[in-house]
Amino acid sequence: MRRTHTLRRFGITGRGLVVALPYVWLLLFFVVPFAIVLKISFSDVDLAIPPYKPLIEWTAKNALAIKINLNNYAFLFTDSLYLNALVNSIKVAFISTLLCLAVGYPMAYGIARSTPSTRNLLLLLVILPFWTSLLLRVYAWIGLLKANGVINNVLISLGLIHEPLTMLYTPFAMYVGIVYSYLPFMILPLYANLEKMDWQLLEAAEDLGCRPYQAFYKITLPLSRNGMLAGSMLVFIPAVGEFVIPALLGGPNALMIGRVLWDEFFSNRAWPVASAVAILLLIILVPFMMWYQSVQARESAGAR
Amino acid sequence: MATSAPAVKATPWNDPATRPYVEIDRVTKSFGEFKAVDDVSLKIYKGEIFCLLGASGCGKTTLLRMLGGFEIPTSGRIFIDGEDMTGVPPYERPVNMMFQSYALFPHMTVEQNVAFGLKQDGVPKAEIADRVATMLELVKLGGLGKRKPHQLSGGQKQRVALARSLVKRPKLLLLDEPLGALDKKLREHTQFELVSLQDKLGVTFIVVTHDQEEAMTLASRIGVMNHGEIVQAGTPSEIYEFPGSKFVADFVGSVNIFEGKLVEDEPEHVRIASEELGGTIFVSHGISAPPEAIVWAAIRPEKVFMSTAAPEGTDNVVRGAVQDIAYLGDLSIYLVKLPTGKVVRVTQPNTSRHAEAITWDQQVYLSWDSTSPVVVTR
Repeated sequence: MRRTHTLRRFGITGRGLVVALPYVWLLLFFVVPFAIVLKISFSDVDLAIPPYKPLIEWTAKNALAIKINLNNYAFLFTDSLYLNALVNSIKVAFISTLLCLAVGYPMAYGIARSTPSTRNLLLLLVILPFWTSLLLRVYAWIGLLKANGVINNVLISLGLIHEPLTMLYTPFAMYVGIVYSYLPFMILPLYANLEKMDWQLLEAAEDLGCRPYQAFYKITLPLSRNGMLAGSMLVFIPAVGEFVIPALLGGPNALMIGRVLWDEFFSNRAWPVASAVAILLLIILVPFMMWYQSVQARESAGAR
Repeated sequence: MATSAPAVKATPWNDPATRPYVEIDRVTKSFGEFKAVDDVSLKIYKGEIFCLLGASGCGKTTLLRMLGGFEIPTSGRIFIDGEDMTGVPPYERPVNMMFQSYALFPHMTVEQNVAFGLKQDGVPKAEIADRVATMLELVKLGGLGKRKPHQLSGGQKQRVALARSLVKRPKLLLLDEPLGALDKKLREHTQFELVSLQDKLGVTFIVVTHDQEEAMTLASRIGVMNHGEIVQAGTPSEIYEFPGSKFVADFVGSVNIFEGKLVEDEPEHVRIASEELGGTIFVSHGISAPPEAIVWAAIRPEKVFMSTAAPEGTDNVVRGAVQDIAYLGDLSIYLVKLPTGKVVRVTQPNTSRHAEAITWDQQVYLSWDSTSPVVVTR
């Protein structure tokens, strides 16, 4: 009892602690790292450890000097490499999102309409790939797609092709890898949405003259918009910054912003430019996240 | 209890020349081993409000869903207006359904919900607007057309569902527990509105309900269902006054049932000796049952008279002690315990404000008219 009392005096309550926890988490693991990256993006390159000059310095005259260097940002716009990589990343992420939606929707729909016992099994199968590391799974795709890989060997032995198909290190392989890896992020929110669907609405639509496909188009599809949006954002946002899959499956032409970031950071040791790239990427993605949030908020306020 | 049926003035079911509008011919629906609907045949006539009444799980909803095309009968045929509809999908049937959950489309406004079926049929835009407005006016929802379903009360949702299913002018409207989600006052009010609306539009209604009062108020005829079968079909008063079995007598309204043995079986009267009653029941009409058969006499609570002085005669009279009284305002329910242990339910209207009240534990005489008991053999 006395201990609670002491804590109270400092304004600490159990409830306050619970509420504070996520904020502390965000502060430690989001705000602080972000501030560090932001700081680095405004500093100069230096041959030192760490490889940049401090932002705040005591000058010889005992004055505090803050140097904000905008050159790193300006540099991103002078070399077309960065903008090309950015545009390409957004393009790849966009196409991947559409592909995930096209593949994931029927799967989520099928799961939502299956009987509860098969449903759990199917959901388990969707989540199962997460039990091994992403890197291993991407390497497995190399084994499948390469010239003397499983797919080519099977096709040749079936007599369907005579020369092995070039699949690895092409955009095709990259899309296969991205769609494969991100598919669960599309399926799960879509499933959560479709699972809440009142299927009687489809009967009502059929009763009013809709064929089943029309009922799907007019009822199911608009009502699952939120799930599609959630899934698309969960695929699109990380896919823009994807580094591993394009690097391993996509070959040299797959110029993605994640790759550029990596190169700047580790090959060029240009931490300030790399940080500027990271900040720019964030600025581009924030509007998508905000839009998604506002749609979600509006829907949950309205749909009840 | 109201037994009027404003929509059907005549009784087409008694006229063999009338062609039935909906004909259910020996329909069975099985789910695996379980027969949800078991060999049901029914003829329903144009302009009727036919109520399928039964407890949950009796197969009434399955039967309704077969009429709507959502289930295909395992065997048997369904004809609507002379056409075989047995395997026709719901979107090609001249039938609309009002769902128990209303199934309003949450992403559409009231107007869009009502217009949905017309749009689907490619009705011209101007006509759609016109018909939707008229229909919304008819169900007293004018002015709420721009609202979304979640902004409506239960009663308003019910009206939207009704408007949406009626706007296509179906030959047959199926209603699944149409008033189930409304509170008691609103339900009573809506029952009468539904009947007058049906009268105005002349659409044939088939209503599924578990509420016998609802069935009584709405129906031109009631089909009582049990274990997938139609146990009895008839007008509300036929069902109430002439139940064909213990089940129907007990399910529709309250009833006192006495088991007894047929001791006198004459063409114009019978006498039943009942151990449960501790006396004999005299019934002033003949019944068809073998002599000495075990039969049941069903007597409605409102047809039992209660008095403190002994009535004349020895038949149809028993003594008992008042065990419990429930005062309902317009009437009171008395539970009277007979010396045999059987408890008899009696209802008496409270006709006077200062009646000399019968109280707890008082000894009373119960009697009834010789025309009141209904004798059933099953």
